[in-house]
Order: sequence, then C-alpha cells, then structure tokens
Amino acid sequence: MQKFLFMAMKSPQAEGFLKRPVFTAFLTLFAAFFILAPVGCSPNNPYRSTDKGKDIFYTTFNEPPKHLDPARSYSSDEYDIIALIYEPPLQYHYLKRPYTVIPLTAEKLPTPAYYAKTGARLPQDAPPEKVEKAVYEIKLKKGILYEPHPAFAKRQDGAPSYSSVSDATLEGISEARDFPLKGTRELTADDYIYQIKRLADPQLESPIFSIIERYVLGLTEYSQALKDDLDAVRKKRKETAGPSYNRDTDEKENPIILDYGRHELPGVEKVDAYTYKIILKTKYPQFIYWLTLPFFSPMPIEADLFYKQAALMKKNITLDRFPVGTGPYRMGVFRPNMEMVLAKNENFHEEFYPSEGEPEDEKAGLLRDAGKRLPFMERLVFKLEKEAIPRWNKFLQGYYDNSGLTSDSFDQAITFGAAGKAELTEFMKDKGIRLLTAVRPATYYSGFNMLDDAVGGGGAKRQKLRQAISIALDFEEYIEIFNNGRGIPAMSVVPSGIFGYDGGAINPYVYTLDTGRKRPVRRTIEYAKRLLTEAGYPEGRDSNGAPLIVTFDNPWTGADTAPVINWYIKRFKLLGIQLENRTTDYNRFQEKMRKGNFQFFSWGWNADYPDPENFLFLLASANGKVKFGGENVSNYTNPDYDRLFRQMENMDNGAERLRIIKEMIAMIQKDSPWVWGYHPVVFGLFHQWVENVKFNPMANNAVKYLRLNAGARSLLRGAWNGPVVWPVFALIAALAVITLPVVISVRKRAARKRNG
Amino acid sequence: MLTYVIRRILYAIPIVIGVNVLTALLFFYVNTPDDMARKILGEKNVTPEAVANWKAEHGYNLPSFINAKESGAKVLTETVFFQKSIPLLWLDFGRSDRNNIDIGTEIKSRIWPSLAVSVPMFMAGLIVEVFFAMMLAYYRGTYLDVWGMVMSVVMMSVSTLFYIIGGQFLLGKALRIFPISGYDTGVYSLKFLILPVIIGVIGGAGAGVRFYRTVFLEEMGKDYIRTARAKGLPEGKVLFKHALKNAMIPVLTNVVVSIPFLFYGSLIMETFFSIPGLGNFTIDAIQSQDFAIVRSMVYLGSILYIVGLILTDISYTLVDPRVRLK
Amino acid sequence: MPVILSTDLIVYFVVSAALYFGLSARNDGRAREVWFEIRKNKLALASMCVLCLYGAAAMADSIRFRDALVDEKGAPVVSSDGAVLYSPQPLSLLDRALPGMRGNSEKTYSAPFSDRLFVKETMETPDGRVVRDYPLLKHPHDHALGTDRIGADILFTALKGVRTAIVIGTGATVVIIPFAIFFGVIAGYFGGFADDAVQYVYTTLASIPGVLLIVSFMLLFGSRGYQGGVVAAKDAVLAVFVPNDRLFWLCLILGITSWTDLCRLIRGETLKLREMDYVQASLAFGSSRMRVIYTHIVPNLMHLVLITFVLQFSGLVLAESVLSYIGIGVGPQTASWGNMINASRLELSREPVVWWNLLGAFVFMFALVLPANVFGDAVRDALDPRLRNR
Repeated sequence: MQKFLFMAMKSPQAEGFLKRPVFTAFLTLFAAFFILAPVGCSPNNPYRSTDKGKDIFYTTFNEPPKHLDPARSYSSDEYDIIALIYEPPLQYHYLKRPYTVIPLTAEKLPTPAYYAKTGARLPQDAPPEKVEKAVYEIKLKKGILYEPHPAFAKRQDGAPSYSSVSDATLEGISEARDFPLKGTRELTADDYIYQIKRLADPQLESPIFSIIERYVLGLTEYSQALKDDLDAVRKKRKETAGPSYNRDTDEKENPIILDYGRHELPGVEKVDAYTYKIILKTKYPQFIYWLTLPFFSPMPIEADLFYKQAALMKKNITLDRFPVGTGPYRMGVFRPNMEMVLAKNENFHEEFYPSEGEPEDEKAGLLRDAGKRLPFMERLVFKLEKEAIPRWNKFLQGYYDNSGLTSDSFDQAITFGAAGKAELTEFMKDKGIRLLTAVRPATYYSGFNMLDDAVGGGGAKRQKLRQAISIALDFEEYIEIFNNGRGIPAMSVVPSGIFGYDGGAINPYVYTLDTGRKRPVRRTIEYAKRLLTEAGYPEGRDSNGAPLIVTFDNPWTGADTAPVINWYIKRFKLLGIQLENRTTDYNRFQEKMRKGNFQFFSWGWNADYPDPENFLFLLASANGKVKFGGENVSNYTNPDYDRLFRQMENMDNGAERLRIIKEMIAMIQKDSPWVWGYHPVVFGLFHQWVENVKFNPMANNAVKYLRLNAGARSLLRGAWNGPVVWPVFALIAALAVITLPVVISVRKRAARKRNG
Repeated sequence: MLTYVIRRILYAIPIVIGVNVLTALLFFYVNTPDDMARKILGEKNVTPEAVANWKAEHGYNLPSFINAKESGAKVLTETVFFQKSIPLLWLDFGRSDRNNIDIGTEIKSRIWPSLAVSVPMFMAGLIVEVFFAMMLAYYRGTYLDVWGMVMSVVMMSVSTLFYIIGGQFLLGKALRIFPISGYDTGVYSLKFLILPVIIGVIGGAGAGVRFYRTVFLEEMGKDYIRTARAKGLPEGKVLFKHALKNAMIPVLTNVVVSIPFLFYGSLIMETFFSIPGLGNFTIDAIQSQDFAIVRSMVYLGSILYIVGLILTDISYTLVDPRVRLK
Repeated sequence: MPVILSTDLIVYFVVSAALYFGLSARNDGRAREVWFEIRKNKLALASMCVLCLYGAAAMADSIRFRDALVDEKGAPVVSSDGAVLYSPQPLSLLDRALPGMRGNSEKTYSAPFSDRLFVKETMETPDGRVVRDYPLLKHPHDHALGTDRIGADILFTALKGVRTAIVIGTGATVVIIPFAIFFGVIAGYFGGFADDAVQYVYTTLASIPGVLLIVSFMLLFGSRGYQGGVVAAKDAVLAVFVPNDRLFWLCLILGITSWTDLCRLIRGETLKLREMDYVQASLAFGSSRMRVIYTHIVPNLMHLVLITFVLQFSGLVLAESVLSYIGIGVGPQTASWGNMINASRLELSREPVVWWNLLGAFVFMFALVLPANVFGDAVRDALDPRLRNR
C-alpha cells in the first residue's frame, strides 16, 4: 500500500505539475470545463436534455410524503399526489364558486334519505334530532378501469401472477412499475366498501377514524372486532415463539392479514356491482364533502393483498408508497427523497374539461378548452426542494412551472397598485409570470386559556382584559411585516369563502367602522389602556402594583420565528403587560395544551371542508381540549353558544342558519377567548406557458385541468439562462497576474539562498 | 496479524453494546412513546384511543427495560429495549415509526448519493490540501508561506454556512453556471455535484493545508533529511523523494480514519443541495422526530467510527513496522 | 436586584482566570516566559487586544439586574406586604450603556444609515390619495448596520451575540475541564481497571455522532430552560440565580462531545509524568499518592488544558451557527450570530437583497474567530515549544 501511494506521487506528471508555475494546471482544468460545456445552452439546466420540449409539468414538494395510502394520508402535500391517482365518488367543480361538489366516479350526486326511529322516511328538511338513519346511495359510472398494475396481472388459470413473490422474483425490482406483467379490471362498488372497512383497521391508524366513527353506523364496533382479531393473532404468535420473540422482526417476515369479511359492518351495503350505500347514524349534511376526500376512494382488494407480501415490504414496495387508482395519472417514478413522476394513465376513463364557470372565466380564457378530454399533460414531475431559496431561483430561471410565494421573495414579485391591489412587479411582468390570489379557508389565531385564573374566565373584567390585548395585537401590522399583506385580519373564527362570513361586518370590540371609507379601523392603544384600567390593571399593573405577566406558549423553535415572538412581546409591552415567552418543542407544547397548563398560545386551523361548522366547533365546549381532548384549545365554555351550535351543526345552509351563526359570532367576539388573528391569503405564481390556471384550494386534483405550451417554455428557458463565464476567467487571470511575480521572485530568492 | 484484527474487533463489542444502551436511554427518555405518537399522528383529531392504538401497533406499549408483568426471560424480552434496540446489534434496523418503511433498505439506497458527493469532495480536497501544503513547506519561511498561512487561518475563520450560501448565490444564481441544487441518477448527477464539491473543498482547505503543512515540516526537521541535504541533494528532491515518502504515514492514517465517514454523508451539505443521501435522511428524521431512524443512524455512525478506529490501528502496523502489535 | 444566570458564572470565571494569569505573569517565572514569548508576536498581541474587547463586551452583558418599579411620580412601587417590586425584565450593563440602540426600533427592515424603511407601504397623503412608498424611519440615519425584520437594530443584536459566542466558545470547555482532568489523571495514573473503564467511557461517547447526541440532549434538557427575556419566578432561585439556562445545557453537551480529546491527552501526559524521577522521588519520600497527583501531576497538565481551551474556542463559536441552523442551538430569544445567519438565508433571496444582517454576523464572527485562531496558535507555541511551527 505504501509503495503504491509513493508511486502515484512520484509519477512524472505530479513532479512536473509541482515544478511549473502554480496555476497553469488549474487554468487548464477550468478552461477545459468551460470549453466542453457548450456555451449558449444553459449549463444550469437541472433536467436531462432528452426531456427538452416535452409536455412535462415541473413543480416541487418540500418534504417526502409520509403516506400515500388514501386511508392514512391527511396532508395537503400528499393530496396533491394521490388526488390525481385515486378517485373518490365526488369532487369539487374546478371553476364554480362558491365551491360546488359534482360527481366524479358517481353517476350523480347522492341525496341522503332520512329515516326516523320507526323506519319511516322523513323529508329533507327533517330536524336533526328526529333523524335516526341517513342513507347515501351512490351509483357508479360503468366501464371505469384501473391503471395497469402488477396487482391485477393474472395467470392462465385466473389466479394472480404475483400472489406469492419471493426475493428471487424481485431481483432488479425496486418500484411497482418494474414488474413485467401488468393487468387491469373494472372499478366496482366493492372497492369503495373495502376502503371504508380499511378506515377501521387498527393496523392502518387512519387519522379520521375518530371522526368518522361518530357518524358511520357500526364502525366503532367493527373496528373493535378487527382489533380483537389482531390481538388474538399476536398473542398466539407470541406464545408459540417463546421468550426470544421479536414482534417487529416476525411481522416483517409474516405480515398479519386481517379478514375484513369475518365481521359485519352495518354502515355500508352493497346494492349491486355498481351501487353501494353508506348509512350514517345522524343527519350530517357535511358528509357530502367527506366523499370528495381520498379517504373514500376505491381500494381494490387485489392491491391490498399484493402489497402485503413480506418480500415486497422488505423492499419498501408498499401501498403507502405505490398507489393503485383509476385517476388521470399513475405513479411513474417514485424516489421520494429526490423526485416523483406521475405519468398519464393509459386506462383513464372519459372526463372532460368543464364548460361552465364563473362569469369572468370566459373572458380569462378559462373556457377555451371546454369539452376537451382530460388530462392534458403527459407527465408531472415533482422535485424535492427543501430550501426556499433554490426553489424560488429555479422558478425564476423557468425550471419550475409554478411557485408559491415566500414573504422574502415578495418584494421582487409583487407591488401594490394605487388602490392597494396586489400586482406583479415589472420584472415579473416582463417574464410573463401570472399571479393568482385566494383566501385560504383557514385561520391563524392566538388564544387565551379560559381555565386560567388570570386571563381566563367569564365576567366583564376578564372580557375587557382580553379585548384590550386583542386591540394591542395589531394584526394589520403583523400581516404587513411577516406576510407582506397576504392575509385578511380576522373578525371572528369564520374565514372568507365560508357560509356565514360577512365581509362588511366588523368585530365591534376591536374595531370601529370608518363609515366614510367603509372599512374597519382598529381601536387605539389608548382605548385599550382604558379597557385595561377598567379590567383592574391600570398601566398593566395589578392592584398591588406588580406588573401583569402573561406566559406565551408556542412551538416556534426555528430561528426564523424569533422575530414573531419578539413582535408579540413588543405589542404586549404597549399595554405595560410583560409577556413571558415559553417556546418549547412541539411535543411539550401539545402536552401543555392538553393539560391546560398555559395562559396564552398561538395556533392555526385548516378547514377539512368548506362549512362553518368546521370552524365554529373550535369553540364548542364539547370539544374542550383539557376535558375531552378536542380541538377547543382555549377551553371556552358558553352554554348559550353550545346550544346554538348544536342547533346550527346539522342544518342546511339558509337564512335561519345564517342568523344563528351571526348570533354565535357576536357571543364569541364579546368574550374574546381568541385574538382572532388572520386568514391567510395564498399567492400563486405561474409562468406564461401554463394555461387554464384558476386557484381552487378545495380541489386537490386541479392539475388535471392544466395545459402546457412546452415549445414556448424551452425557448424562454434558453433565453433566460445563458451562463456568465467571464468573471471566472477574469478571476483566474487576476489571480495569475498577482501570484506569478510572487512565485517567480520567491523561487529566485530560494535559489539564491541555496546557492549562496 | 489476523489474531490482532480479531482481538481489535472483540474489543469493539462492549463499545457497541454501550452505544446501544446509551442511545436507548436517551431516546426513550427524551421522547416518551406518547410524545412520539402525538407528534406522528398530527395536529388534528388525536384522541387518547388513537394514541393507544399507535403505541400498540408500533410496539411501544411495553415497559422500557423491565416488564414486571411477565415471567422468566420475558421479563427482559417483552420490553421496548429488547424489541427495538437489540436487533440493531445485528444491523436489523426495523421499520420507521412514521411511515413504516424498512430502514435498512432505505439506508442502502441512500448510501450512493452520499458517496457521490463525499468521495469526490474528499479526494479533491486531499489533492488540493496536500498540493498547497507541499508548496508552503517548500517555500517555508518566505512571504508565500506567511501569506499562505494567513490565508488558511482566514479561511478557517469563516463558517461553513457562509461558504454554502455564498457559493450558491454566486455560482448558481448570479453567474448561472451550475444548477443551484438538486440531484439525478447515474451520470446525470455530475452537473449537480460540481458546486457542492467546489464549496466543500474551499471550506475545508484552510484547516487541511495547515495540518498537512505541519506534517511535512515535522518530517523535514528530522535527521535523515539533514543528512540528505548535507549530501548536497537539491531541495526539491529532498522534499519530494524523502520527506514526502515518510510524511505519507500521517496522511494515510488521516485518510483511513475518514473513509467510514464518507458513507455517512454531510448533514448540512446534503440539505442545502437537496442530495438524497444519508445526511439528508438523518435531518429529515430529526425534524419529523422519527426516532427509529435517528436511533439507527446513531448506531450506524458509531459502527463506522469504530471501524475507522480499527482501520487506523491496522494501517499503522502496515505502514510502519516499528509499531508493535499489542 | 441582580440576576445571575448559570452561564454568567462561566463568563465570570473565564474573565477572572484571564485576569489571574495576567497578574501572575509579573512574578511567576513560567507565566512570564510565556508572556514574553507571546509578546514577540505582534499579530498575537493585536489579536489579544481584540479578544479583550470581546471579553469586556461579554462581561458587560453578563452583569444584569432588575430595576425597582416606579409609579408615575417616580416613587418606588411597594406591594401590600411591604416588599419592593422589581421589573421582571433584567437589563445588563450593555443594555444600559446603549439605551438608544436598544430602544430605537423601526417597523421592519431598513438599510444601514438609511432614513427610510426598506419596504414600501400603502400610505395616505393629506389630500386623500393612496400612494405606495418607503416611509420615513422613526430614527433616521441611526442604524449603523440597519434593522432586521421587526425593526431591531442589527448592531445591537450583533453586540448581544458577543456574549452568546463567548459563553459557548469558553463554556463548553470550562464546564468539562474538571471531568476531563479527573478521569484523565485517574486513567493515566492508576492504570489497570480504572484506565480500561475511562477509556471505555470516552470511546463509547466519542463513537456516537456528535450532532445526534446534541440533538437528543437538547430535546431532553434544553427546551425547558431559560431563554432570555422575562425572568419568571419559577426559574429563579432566591429571586437571583437562574440555574436552568438553555445556553448552559448547550455548553454542557458541546463539552461532552468534545472532551474525549482532552481526556486522552491528559491520560497520555499523566502516563509520562508518573514515570518522571521527581514524581518517583516524591513517592519514595512518603508522599501520599493523592498529594503527588495534586502537587506534581495536575499543575504540569495545565498547559495542555490551556492549549485545548484556546484551540477549541473558534471551532465552538462556528459550531453554534450550524446548530442554530438545525434548530437546536440557542433559543430564538437569545441574540446569536447563528440566528442572524439563519434569518439572512431567506433575506438573501429577497430582491432587492437584504444583506446587512448577514454582513453584521459575518463581521462580528470573523473578527472574533480570526484573532482567536491567531492567538490560539501563539499560546500553543509559547506553552509547548515542541509544537512550534505547527
């Protein structure tokens, strides 16, 4: 080994290299790189040259998806992928507003049939307390085929080809698409029923099970029965194996497959091959929205069994990573730590671009493709980009077709016009980039712990204290600083775009209405201080003269969040109240919330579906965090509110519902258990070559409507990305000019020294 | 020789076990299974039943170290420690807590991108560092040496983050010469690797040049070099023929120690450049608190370190026969 | 009412130790020699001056007390049971010396010495037109390094970061020195089982990847500690001392991950010293082993400790920024250069670029680490002539 190394270093090349002027070698190296790199075509292009000019949509994801199994996945990033592969019976209309549910694989929208305890059919407007059973009958379109997939591949005798795969057959196979044989079959009602049963499977830990079991008839019992089966299998295995039994290792070798057919689930019923019924325990009009979510998409039993093979699981080929669906796209390449490629599904059924929308859609060119067959794009490439900076820069270079907007790239992209309307900057307009905005059905709020002695509780004094703080936390300023104006200050819990939101209404405890300009004006700090005095804390001091200290809990451990915390402290100080920050990691934070061990906190809520119930329930006492582990983190209790909530909960939208909602909002505005915070506004940017773009935060499968002008894209990319190489040459030249004389003189001196 | 190697490996066993116990202690007390379950189940609709179910599903419903409810050997085996940590000893990493992927398979597939960055970075770094170190040693005591040393101290005094941010900004964004970040498979990965390698080499050069310069100078202060000079050999020949040959010992050992860590990748480099290697994997796991993965990576890191120690000892004996086999 | 954090003790210790060395250099022969050696090197001398400045800033920022509350008339507020009430917010000497910088905050970003905000805002002119322009600052031309996202003065933040850097750079080593000496000496002097045990411990610790060890440790202890800002009653012992300081935990774990080298060095040196004639002689004259260790061995290890101390300093300061990047460094409320670099990552992608936050962190960090490296080299050369030229 020693000899070898020595030889290498002694080679004539090395010796010559060292004796010649130092930078020659580097010069050659760099020169070679730049001469070889074809000038004019962009060396910074991150894609292969073979993909140039193809109909491929490029976008990003910022962390590897955790679950692609529709029973488990519950995040919008994952929905961006699986909503294109799995098809639940219903979907949102792409263009229409307010958000409208339309059929996807169902023939038509199901209308629930309500039954009383006696079994008698009730009318549609039956009061919720009378309804004993609500039946949704869903009839599927015929002739819908699954994507070509190895799970459907069959041998001559009709048995599945890959029912007992060994390690040997998996040689060279690392993804589901690598299997040589593939098959397909028609979509049936059984697949939908199978998936609903999967939601109850304890092994799958479906995140919505705890909600859905409240509605679907008999789901709780069914899940318990499956759990008992599972425990029995495990117990038996443990007993037969003896003390060295390792469950993880064993279940990796022999996965437990539960038989869903062993128990009866009364909540679902098969009518015929294409029709099934879902039976709910109560009236629940919002259930129609659940039917647009991937949780209710079909799951072929073949796929489930195919993936539950030890050899496949060992290679990480699982249903959680390789979906099997009927949608417009199928999983092509799946390398979640680098990229995911969705390819057009050859077997996709007929679906057409919508031919009606909002009035202005026609003018915006959104109906140009009306009636054309979906989808338009050949491939979708999702690239992993964790860091905001590279993502933004690559978007500007034309390598991503769309981009969100971080507040740091904001000034580069957006200016506000004279009327305060967001517009693109000249720089962005020159690039032909288009801007879309939409209010997200979400709310980011700060809240008080209503169980706390100092800030919580009822009574006029406490209300005034909380109102004063609500005024001091100037969310207009917050939005300006941290979100560049991308947000709407919240007046209550219900965001814009949701039934019950009134753009003209204000929160009278925090704002006054400037009647001339017709817009809310935040009450002054002086007013807040007066309130504080009335609350018993003049200048933020209690009757003893000691300053009021409020603890602030948040899970913001990142360094980017330091300014936000300091902003809160700064605003509280205006009232003379000391805010004691208690940032902890997310687990501790949740633990404190759960135990009610906090005074003031900050959190957010994203809607599951566009219905006010999904927001107002956040303050219902039955959802109290401390008592019931629900989502009412403030632990707000108000019997009147609860009563109205129960009344409103299962009502159909109408004047009566609106009246109740307004009454509820007035109550919580007065009590101020929350500082209402703001509703985020999303800004999306698209390059000029992407068409049919309209923001739809509810529809997860919007990509299938997009069309791409790939030719224009490659031209512009080329024009934008010529490399700038002269500074490199200049740098090398400068270095050489500086260094050469030094080296020469030093050498001369050294030589003199040696000789003399 | 063989018995020596075997003995060294046997010495390593208690260390491996120690690491195992220590990581188990740290992880099960840092994060109780309840914490893990809540973190993983997400923000919405987390009921106590869901938490209990998660723990049962992932085998965290057992006691940590001693199960008083069982009898016989099961007192020890029916515990989280036995079920989760002991299989690590034979490199059975199990499945991740968050999405049930097989960690061993994932590690295997991620080693290559890590190596694709770390090996060229290491090799190029070594060449550049040794080259400049020799140059400084050759011109020792002159202005070139003084300024070279000042430059390396200056370069050492800059945080890696500055190098990365600056490099991406300059070469990727302003000059548009390289893709800012990303990765591809096979030969296509080449264009993504140049920028991280350049930045890595520059970032490490300061410390490296200093180190190797010392090594060469130390060698050149020895008696046999003086003899060679006295014989009238030209300085260049003395340096490259005699000094270099013997200075290879510390250089080589330094190389050997580093080899195992090349597999481990670089946490920061990989996240900034979106390279799907092991470093990235670890950061992901830390951020999403998937402790099954973090535990595996801690363990893997320890094993690599121990392998490095053993390799160093062996290479010493190979290179320098004077080192006795103890 | 003074407030003392556990990390303040580290600063006090380091500063007084430095003063002690400085004073003892007058009469102690060895220290004097070292001092002469360092004095020959002009660069090292200049570096030392810079380091002293940093040390002074850190010291000024570590002496803090809470003021008594006063009412509008200026009379102290007294609670119903007669005790004087103090503000919960402690202010350090540094805070008090620079009230302008601390208080003069703007709304958001502004460039160095600018008189306007860096971000346009919608404003109404007196005649009712709505325009979008850069508003004037409240304190124009006042911010030498500009302001950050919430309008705080960056020069002040950077100055506050000095203490954090010094605490981490010195604290990690200081906290762990007693253990390293104790275990190193035991292993080296007694050999046998003790040696095996100590070697086992440090090899095991060293073989766990440092970052991961730090992550889990900080999750366990760090997140519950004091992170700056208001001092809550529950954090303080006797209303004065705050033992549970997040920064302290960070020092401790950084020490644990870096002590093995020192321990190994000490062990080797002790092995050598044990065989020295004078040690053997001392034993022969009947000195107890403890006494020999105390009088002959430990004092002769101090140069190793000092060398390690100065050499590790710069590495630890740099490490802080990387740890803050992963989110396990100092808390968000503690001013640190790592936090500044982190924030600047996003700022660099703004257009136009917000560069002054990065510049501030860079300049301050560079101006500390460079002299630290130079001075560290000089100290090593002076203390251990064998190592000269390294």
